Amino acid sequence: MTTTWTPSARQRDRDAYRRGRTRRSVLVSAASTVVLVGAVVLVTVTSPGWARVQASFFDPRVAWTALPDVATGLWLNVRVWLAASALMLVFGLLLAVLRTSRSPVLWPVRALATGYIDLFRGTPMIIVLYLVLFGVPGLRLQGTPQSQAVLGTIALTMTYSAYVAEVLRAGIESIHPSQRAAARSLGLSNTQTMRFVVLPQAVRRVVPPLLNDVVSLQKDAGLISVGGTILDAIRYAQIQTSETASFTPYVVAGVLFVLISIPLTRFTDHIARRNGYTFTGGRA
Amino acid sequence: MTGEPLLQVQALRKVYGRTVVLDGLDLDVDAHDVVVLIGASGSGKSTLLRCIDLLEDVDDGAVLLEGRDVTDPRVDADAVRARMGIVFQSFNLFPHLTVLDNVTLAPRKVHGIARDVAEDKALAMLDRVGLRDRAGAHPDQLSGGQQQRVAIARALVNDPVLMLFDEVTSALDPELVGEVLGMLKELKTEGMTMLVATHEMGFARQVADSVCFLDGGRVLESGPPEQVLGDPVEDRTRRFLRRIIEAGRL
Repeated sequence: MTTTWTPSARQRDRDAYRRGRTRRSVLVSAASTVVLVGAVVLVTVTSPGWARVQASFFDPRVAWTALPDVATGLWLNVRVWLAASALMLVFGLLLAVLRTSRSPVLWPVRALATGYIDLFRGTPMIIVLYLVLFGVPGLRLQGTPQSQAVLGTIALTMTYSAYVAEVLRAGIESIHPSQRAAARSLGLSNTQTMRFVVLPQAVRRVVPPLLNDVVSLQKDAGLISVGGTILDAIRYAQIQTSETASFTPYVVAGVLFVLISIPLTRFTDHIARRNGYTFTGGRA
Repeated sequence: MTGEPLLQVQALRKVYGRTVVLDGLDLDVDAHDVVVLIGASGSGKSTLLRCIDLLEDVDDGAVLLEGRDVTDPRVDADAVRARMGIVFQSFNLFPHLTVLDNVTLAPRKVHGIARDVAEDKALAMLDRVGLRDRAGAHPDQLSGGQQQRVAIARALVNDPVLMLFDEVTSALDPELVGEVLGMLKELKTEGMTMLVATHEMGFARQVADSVCFLDGGRVLESGPPEQVLGDPVEDRTRRFLRRIIEAGRL
């Protein structure tokens, strides 16, 4: 039925016009980027204190000496981040499911989950870290972990689970009640409805904000250095800074943190685009 | 008016991936005429309406409104859309706004009309669709038929020169279909130009000035309703109508 098609003169003219517009947009964005970046760099390097700032924060020699130690420390941050990510997703999911449960028998559990989320969403991360890193060993209980890396992971998980639980709860509540009704009408139990119908849709819907929490956790994994005995990237930077009297090692650590977060950020964008969160309405 | 059709669709082509939905489709709609589009699901009725309303970019061909090529990328698409009204199968009312705010949104934000003027006009329009008393309600408090009438009021309040209807009764209960089709008949008596995709053959018979049967991305057959629906020339039109009769809808 389909006839062979060659673009008409009208369509070729439109395509040429659109290509022209695209070329123009690319040129404009390139030019504006160069102007903006140039202005920022110019203002920075011509400022009166630039020489001192450069020596304190951007000393290439100090950066090069600090790099091996900071990079070694970063590996610990990455491991803490990965472990805490996995734990926070599991624990957050548990909290979200408990909080959205409907059964009257589960009222105390629901109240407990709500209280936990309120408490940990409101408490600054650094305070939770101090309490866990120094408070737990201080109890001198048998069987509690002594490693500050493990304790730090626990503290990060405790706080981030509260955030993740709220994101997942929003996802669960965004699933239209007709989906539940359809599932229950087929004879699925409440739990089965949750497991096979509601959660799969809810999780898909909130993947972008969840990944946002994962990126945020990656950055906060640097906070475990407050424990003092942990040799992570930030702690190594601190040591190097005390030896060289330059803050450059911190900048090195910061750059490394950004570098490992970029792939994940791009991945988040990709997922969001695939789920159609961006504008896809044809011509605006 | 020079006798030039209000709307001209010329050799329109639309492709999704490897599927050719519209394959060089031609169609004219004269001012004050009601043209009904019929055809199987997937024959391109909705796509055609969306292309005409510039909600989709066309891949070739053109849509001319009052003789002007509106599919040209140099044309301000928003200004063109503001002169056409479209009503969708699934209503697409804004759930976070009241009925009145749904109707006044475009007059206020697009046409820059003051709130009190826009509200007076909107209330008059709601009066016409028989829903003035529900102005303060939210869409989810209305029945399907009422929601669709609000959607029609929302489109009409902008004084469009052309109204597009995309299977506006397909999501309604049978007893609610009448109230919406009644609105369309009333619009015809007022001289509104309309392009209507529908499966309601009874409506097509009564109201249409011409009926177009879409098949394979083109208008396979068109003419007055009694001819296309009563004595079709094309074999494919016959088969389509037989299936409709078997489904008890003619």
